[in-house]
Amino acid sequence: MKSLLKQISLAAMVGLSTPALASLAYVSNEKDDTLSVIDMETLEVVETIDVGQRPRGILLSKDYTRLYICASDDDTVQVLDLATRKIVDTLPSGEDPEQFALHPNNRHLYIANEDDAIVTVVDVNTKDVLAQIDVGIEPEGMAVSPDGKWAVNTSETTSMLHWINTETFEIEKNIVVGQRPRHVEFSRDSKIAWASAEIGGTVHVIDVDSLEEIRKLEFRVKGVNQDRVQPVGIELTSDGRYAFVALGPSNHVAVVDAKTYEVLDYLLVGSRVWQLDLSQDESLLLTTNGVSGDVSVIDVADLKVTKSIKVGRYPWGVVIAP
Amino acid sequence: MPLLSRTAAASLIFLMAISPLQAESLGVRIGYLQWVPDQGPVLSNVIPEPEDAGLRGAELAINDNNTTGRFLDQTYSMQREVADSPDAALAAFDAMRQSGIELFVVNAPAQTLRTIAGAAGENTLIFNAGARDNALRTGQCHVNLLHTLPSHAMLTDALGQWLNQRRWNEVFLITGPTEADRGWADAFRRSAKRFGLKIVEDKPWTFDADLRRTAARELPLFTQARDYDAVVVADVRGDFGEYVPFNTWLPRPVVGTQGMTPVTWHWVVESWGAAQLQNRFRELADRHMNSEDYAAWAAVRSIGTAVTALGTDDPEEIRSFLFSDSFQLAGFKGRKLTFRDWNGQLRQPIPLVHPRGIVARAPFEGFLHPNTDLDTLGFDRPESECRING
Repeated sequence: MKSLLKQISLAAMVGLSTPALASLAYVSNEKDDTLSVIDMETLEVVETIDVGQRPRGILLSKDYTRLYICASDDDTVQVLDLATRKIVDTLPSGEDPEQFALHPNNRHLYIANEDDAIVTVVDVNTKDVLAQIDVGIEPEGMAVSPDGKWAVNTSETTSMLHWINTETFEIEKNIVVGQRPRHVEFSRDSKIAWASAEIGGTVHVIDVDSLEEIRKLEFRVKGVNQDRVQPVGIELTSDGRYAFVALGPSNHVAVVDAKTYEVLDYLLVGSRVWQLDLSQDESLLLTTNGVSGDVSVIDVADLKVTKSIKVGRYPWGVVIAP
Repeated sequence: MPLLSRTAAASLIFLMAISPLQAESLGVRIGYLQWVPDQGPVLSNVIPEPEDAGLRGAELAINDNNTTGRFLDQTYSMQREVADSPDAALAAFDAMRQSGIELFVVNAPAQTLRTIAGAAGENTLIFNAGARDNALRTGQCHVNLLHTLPSHAMLTDALGQWLNQRRWNEVFLITGPTEADRGWADAFRRSAKRFGLKIVEDKPWTFDADLRRTAARELPLFTQARDYDAVVVADVRGDFGEYVPFNTWLPRPVVGTQGMTPVTWHWVVESWGAAQLQNRFRELADRHMNSEDYAAWAAVRSIGTAVTALGTDDPEEIRSFLFSDSFQLAGFKGRKLTFRDWNGQLRQPIPLVHPRGIVARAPFEGFLHPNTDLDTLGFDRPESECRING
């Protein structure tokens, strides 16, 4: 109760200090070196922020006050203060950071260094590099389980999931999956991990207790050459009902029943759909479409694409802040 | 191979399938052979091809394989021979086989490659990363010879499709005097027929003047014709072709071996993660990655992909895996790459590039094929006499 009160009063204070209260989405534009800020009420771009070179992975701090940005060609992680929308700090990231994941402790940032075959762990408060872990070639996807136990990295050319113990920073298991694994997403209860393989065209469902693959999903989009069906981003609804899988240059998002693993539908979005994120109330899903340079808006209740929003060149990542 | 060891290999695979991470350590040895004859003097001061083209690509793939192998207790090593004659290449091949190597990447002209393939054992597996000759894919196939380098026909088909989809159907063809030039031009004539292009002039290049001084005077006259949509140059070594762009009689684009060129690989390719491959290569070799580097890289990575899945380096097992549905090479070309089972050619998209940028990537939409549109490039099954898998 006490903490709830604290949250309410904090929210009130934030409300006083910032004019905009609407939820905002942030989109990294890989070839424009900018972030597009989208107002989730009006679904329009309200601001474009200059950031470092080749921004790709982005994520929010657990208290939603900061946005971390992988500025790949600057070899750094930038910290954007959300209240002022200014870059306030940079973190040592190792070379060519592409994707990263923040531990629930809000301090340990796991960064995939694509050019160096390393995962770097940084304490965002002290900026200390806590560990550098050798992984496969072209480490790409990064995820930390919600219970904080596992950090998982995908290495694209090695085609493995590396399971890193977050206490010891050591790899405990390597799971070979389809070619070019891109992204890992944990279920809310940390029991299931979903991993996409772009060239393999598959999504691998891993049981976290046994660290075994329990299901391999394949996708067929009518009228699209099978080679172009390339799963990348994955997003899960918190109620365990749906998994959304971005299928890259097939320009579709697959809707998967997260319980039966059955593909329910394919939704046509923009060109080369890459990453996706759900709004706070999970009523809307945004997708970044690299080649068409826009963001598609999907109505989750109707499973319909309702709008596309023009952003910068080659939008890569998207996160939605409350 | 004696029956006993074959059974042992099979049971090893069985074990791997159950628990790929508890296998015994495996050392995979690959031989790299290179014999690239001197191209002869050229008129233009073109940037010379790097002497280690191919070799550095293979080295990068060995590193890539080892990074993966680290997690599976598999190590890869490469023996290399950059020979100064065909005989030296063949001698090195024999010596490497004596030492037990049966997996090879060969970057050599077709004739040398044929000799090597002819001297190979039943279980030797050879990847061609140096010869583009069509004949190696249409009739002179070898059961254990695979090609990661595209044929001339794959390259010219990519160009033919592009000209067709631009509706630039009438072309002026200039062919240089070397055997490679004629090979390229023959391939282009075939592509022209396939994609409905009309060669309005088909002229051999016979000048021997130094075009640095006279290009502006000679070429407009040489390219006089009533009309054409593009000039196609077949000048593989870059002798005169560099002077054709901007010097044509009519204001028309130049394509072929100069101007806009169909290639296996080029440093301007950056999509589908290619930027990372290019970066890794530059760090290793201190230069850009070229087509030969890519072909050698793809060969060694194909071996690595097979070994990762199989847990054995038995060439026969690797060969059947490479032709199975389970094999797919992630080759940074936006598609999974597979081998054609009739002639061992690696299917792959072909980038069309100019020296500082990418123009397009074949195959193009609208060129249909019952199995895969990648087979609209080069020799499809009915067009090849080869049946290396029966």
